[in-house]
Amino acid sequence: MTDAAATASPHYSSSEAAAAKRRRRYAADARLRGYGIAAISLALGLLGVLITTLVVGGYPAFTQTMVRVDFPISTENVDPADPAAGNFRRVMSAGVSELLPGAESPAEVRAITSILTNNTQFILRNAVVEDPSVIGGTLALKVPASDPFDQLNKGLINRDTPEDVRRLNDQQIAWFDSLREQGRISTPFNWGLFTNSDSRFPEVAGLAGAIVGSAYALMVCFLISFPVGIAAAIYLEEFAPKNRATDVIEVNINNLAAVPSIVFGLLGLAVFIQIFGLPRSAPIVGGMVLSLMTLPTIIIVTRNAIKAVPPSIREAAYGVGASKHQVTLHHVLPLALPGILTGTIIGLAQALGETAPLLLIGMNAFITSPPGGVFEASTALPTQIFIWADSPERGFVSRTSAAILVLLGFLIIMNGIAVFLRQRLERTW
Amino acid sequence: MLGYLFLTIIALSLVAYYVGALSGKKFAAACGSEVHSLPSYHGAFVAIWVGVPALILVLLWSAFQGGVIDSLIYSSLPAALTDGLSEAQRNLTLSEIHNVATGQIFAEPAPEITLAAERLNRWETTVRIAVFVATLAVMMLGFFFAHSKLAPRFRARNGVETALSVFMVFCSVIAILTTVGIVVSLVYEAWAFFALVPPSEFFFGLRWEPQIAIRPDQIAGAGAFGAVPVFVGTLVISTIAMCVAIPIGLYTAIYLVEYASDRVRQIVKPLMEILAGVPTVVYGFFAVLTVAPAIRNAGGLVGVGVSPNSALAAGLVMGIMIIPFVSSLSDDALRAVPRSMRDGSLAMGATRAETMNRVLLPAALPGIMGGVLLALSRAIGETMIVVMAAGLIASMNVNPLESVTTVTVQIVSLLIGDTAFDSPKTLAAFALGLVLFVVTLMLNVVALTIVRRYREQYE
Repeated sequence: MTDAAATASPHYSSSEAAAAKRRRRYAADARLRGYGIAAISLALGLLGVLITTLVVGGYPAFTQTMVRVDFPISTENVDPADPAAGNFRRVMSAGVSELLPGAESPAEVRAITSILTNNTQFILRNAVVEDPSVIGGTLALKVPASDPFDQLNKGLINRDTPEDVRRLNDQQIAWFDSLREQGRISTPFNWGLFTNSDSRFPEVAGLAGAIVGSAYALMVCFLISFPVGIAAAIYLEEFAPKNRATDVIEVNINNLAAVPSIVFGLLGLAVFIQIFGLPRSAPIVGGMVLSLMTLPTIIIVTRNAIKAVPPSIREAAYGVGASKHQVTLHHVLPLALPGILTGTIIGLAQALGETAPLLLIGMNAFITSPPGGVFEASTALPTQIFIWADSPERGFVSRTSAAILVLLGFLIIMNGIAVFLRQRLERTW
Repeated sequence: MLGYLFLTIIALSLVAYYVGALSGKKFAAACGSEVHSLPSYHGAFVAIWVGVPALILVLLWSAFQGGVIDSLIYSSLPAALTDGLSEAQRNLTLSEIHNVATGQIFAEPAPEITLAAERLNRWETTVRIAVFVATLAVMMLGFFFAHSKLAPRFRARNGVETALSVFMVFCSVIAILTTVGIVVSLVYEAWAFFALVPPSEFFFGLRWEPQIAIRPDQIAGAGAFGAVPVFVGTLVISTIAMCVAIPIGLYTAIYLVEYASDRVRQIVKPLMEILAGVPTVVYGFFAVLTVAPAIRNAGGLVGVGVSPNSALAAGLVMGIMIIPFVSSLSDDALRAVPRSMRDGSLAMGATRAETMNRVLLPAALPGIMGGVLLALSRAIGETMIVVMAAGLIASMNVNPLESVTTVTVQIVSLLIGDTAFDSPKTLAAFALGLVLFVVTLMLNVVALTIVRRYREQYE
């Protein structure tokens, strides 16, 4: 060592060279630091771009252009004795032809009708059936505008593009402007996004069916994976003898946690649908598949929470004569519960965003009403996003972003609850 | 029907619990400290005997009822109707009977079918009543049996605890059953596939055209199941993803371990977790709507043609998704290196960069490799991003600007919509699934072993 130091010292006597070398080393240090900062800013920048595109793309779908139309409900078109069987197509035409004076020919009335959503006559029928007293009078109703006019109103269709490449011609824009001058156009919050189910027409498509379907699937998933996961974790942590069989179970659980989600979809298709004969597209099958995926997460989290309970608690309980089951169920489990709940909610949040296995079991069907039970065909939030992302209509682009924002909202709420539980209830020993 | 049965079972079990607990209280009042178990254990003992056998009965019934009734109905049909019917025609006849029975009549059914449908309805009503009665009887039997055993010295607690232990073992075994279910269903269907398509063609064939002929003389209708182009596409996209994720993730981890202050860590780590928590369908939409057009425009600027669903777009977005995995696993590995090694290096005058490059990174390399392998297995198994952003046509090319397809895309596109379990098209999806499962499992096992070994080294 002394030899090395002796030979090295003359080298450092030339302070010029030493300073140059030091500068190079410090520059390398600064470079590595710079790479680190660049990597983090890139990752977070991409997250920012992702969120910004979704918000910018999705916020227009949270409002909906509505057109107020006065429909004359004559007894000739609607029979007061049986309002549901009325001729609402004619009622609609009558209302539309009064909208714009000067538009008399049937062709023009038809063209103007296209300003309103295709579902107008059904909306009308529901309104009249709900309140039959309007028969014989006039019903002022706010009807959603059809997709192109909705886009026009939100400024998403550029009026300066030449007419032949624009989705609306000058005449249609003129009609819409004249309706706006009459004060018939309003743009309220789009409650339909949450109360309607899926539809071929973007202006009336909503997430109600998907939200209900996801809720059913998550309920099934929770009912299965929560008790089973806790029981398995307690057994492995407190009761299981340390032998080969237990090792196999443990390795198995760790590997299951890393199996690609689509493989669980294949399992659900082959076993739950093909062998057990459960209905396709049903939330019960989705929930069962999701519960198998969530199970490893819950088991691992529960075991960690049980491990964190100090042995003194167990020994005190044994000391007053409790049996092993009593120690676990009466003392360890209640103390571990906050940690278990936190982990379970995070596991369920992952399950809520899971798409691929639900596609394979058919939860991407086109279904226009919310499911009435866990055995009825339904979609889920992520699969609804997938369906809408695949739809060609322009209006579905912003609907998809809006649906994603709704899904992210649910995820944020669930994770927020988990963080809250962790901070409020979890004890450190 | 099933719901009412479950409600009845739950309600009667609760009643049984109270009756049992009441007996327990009587014992306690009569014999004092002589009693072995607390009243609640007497209650639970009776409730378990009432509820569990009934529950098993109902579950077994609901699993087997449909098949048994169907075969009975079918064998009751006149022979003229059933002679020489294939499996598919048999199912068709049965579903017609079911439709008629539930009132969904499309055309005038044959009189035999109508009769069978009436018989079906009658039998189902009978079975429903029978099951209800049988369940009630089982519950009564269980109740009398359990209640007759109750006594002051009866070990009710031990009985309840044994039942709980059995339940817990059963729950632990579910994890094994899941794996067994995955393996058996994949191998079974893949076996059927390999009976139709030889394995040598599947693993080495260069053409993947999984369409099935509708007419026998259709051009290109035979279908080709050579999966090599699909594997190549998967590798191309995963490689792009890893090229994005490894540098960004690793440098993020290095900065967080060595340079960042506690405050920066506290802000950056949760943000990275958000990146990991975004559902993959959202990334897929992002790839289609933003990244793919951006790459196309960039390609247009420099005069390079880019396919609308290029491998690059899917790979880039998948890389973004994987960054948090690489960074958090590398972070753990770097932190697991003993502090003395790091401090020793710094004390000798090495800069932090030198400490990182010559001490920490070499020491943490196995852990980082394990993390990278886990991330790779994640990339190979990722579905939604590629389903939305990658192509459907299998082509043998490694150009990231062209469209390629992946294993997961093919599985989804083969199985979406109606599936018949006897066509090679459907079965091919299971063969691909088996390959996917085996490859990811091997990657995981290797990665977990490396990580475990490495951790032991420093403990």
